[in-house]
Amino acid sequence: MKVSYFPGCTLNTTGKGFDNAVRAATAAVGLELIELAEWNCCGATYPLIVDNMLELAAPAHVLVAARNQGSTVTTACTTCYNVLKRTNKFIREHPDERERLNAFIEAEYQGEVEVKDILHLLRDEVGFAAVQEKVQRPLKDLKVACYYGCMVLRPPAEVAYDDPDHPRSLDDLMTALGAMPVDYPHKNECCGAYLTVSAPEVTREMVYTILKSAQLAGAQAVVTNCPLCQFNLDKRQAEMAQFHAGFQSLPVFYFSQLMGLALGLDASEYGWERHYIDVRPLLNSLGL
Amino acid sequence: MRVRLSGQSVHNELVRRVEEYSGQDLMACYQCGKCAAGCPVAFAMDMLPSQVIRFVQLGLVDRLLDSKTIWLCAACQTCYTRCPKGVDLSRIMEALREIVMFEKGSYINYDAISPRDVMEWPQQAFIGGFRKYAV
Repeated sequence: MKVSYFPGCTLNTTGKGFDNAVRAATAAVGLELIELAEWNCCGATYPLIVDNMLELAAPAHVLVAARNQGSTVTTACTTCYNVLKRTNKFIREHPDERERLNAFIEAEYQGEVEVKDILHLLRDEVGFAAVQEKVQRPLKDLKVACYYGCMVLRPPAEVAYDDPDHPRSLDDLMTALGAMPVDYPHKNECCGAYLTVSAPEVTREMVYTILKSAQLAGAQAVVTNCPLCQFNLDKRQAEMAQFHAGFQSLPVFYFSQLMGLALGLDASEYGWERHYIDVRPLLNSLGL
Repeated sequence: MRVRLSGQSVHNELVRRVEEYSGQDLMACYQCGKCAAGCPVAFAMDMLPSQVIRFVQLGLVDRLLDSKTIWLCAACQTCYTRCPKGVDLSRIMEALREIVMFEKGSYINYDAISPRDVMEWPQQAFIGGFRKYAV
């Protein structure tokens, strides 16, 4: 199956390892990602002010580029997914604003394209059972806490393809890869997102709550589908022991990195050097 | 806290702007407190999310403009997801930020950002943060 792919800014820069792993792991299960011939930043936040048409122009421009290339566009960045999905819904449901937006970006777009998160495609188009069949090196004995963050879950009526209170898609993928997902109550609790630029100490405490909860459930590692969550959960651990005595660090993976490893792919370009908490001791102990 | 209310004070210009920018029915809230109970940033806030909308209902928007709370809302939408009345509080927070930044300019201090942060931060944190905190 071929599908248009929007990498977004983060996966093109600090999240390049995530991007490399996504492309390789999806290709290995028969999902061919064709990068949009032309794309721009989606804006990174969905505007919450009524009538803020200017901020819809960037994501609308991406949607037009996607429409020109196919019927479905996917992205692995959860923020891009959230922004594109909500913008598309807004365009479909607001004819007057749609007309103004089209006039502004000089396009004729009615919301024809389908926006799907990469995990959604893996679950429903490829199927986790099909992924499981391709596993070469099962992630045996890896107790992992799946962390979904906000962007693929909320607001549910606009973006969710999973239960917003009890999401399972990442857990089910990890099970298919042979890992043992742990159950813990903070898998869908916000990590602080962009508060990391304005209030890093607040983000640190939010991250602590999530990681402590994962550890109490027995997790050896966290796995996430969001590049900003990965950064916050990973980076904020560096100073954690100063504020929480006895804190033990936890490696934080992208789901695609673990998927690539389990599928037996060459994982040398998965951005391991950008991790703040070294993932190698754990991978070595598991023989991966 | 003693507050004197009147029809005029409750329907003031700032309330009208919050209503217009956010698109929310401010009077829909019946103060059940679910938003405050579930907010993952409430521990760091000087006013609870439920208090923010209560103050808006009472026409006391001016007292919210100095609060830390409006800058700590990360728009994670947990409150909106759980609100039994369908109020999107994150839109009210954004309206309040807009009102403050319209008067005072950007909230974020660009000079405080180190070159190391520039190299490390994911692009989406930059762009998202600047969109929320800068004009």
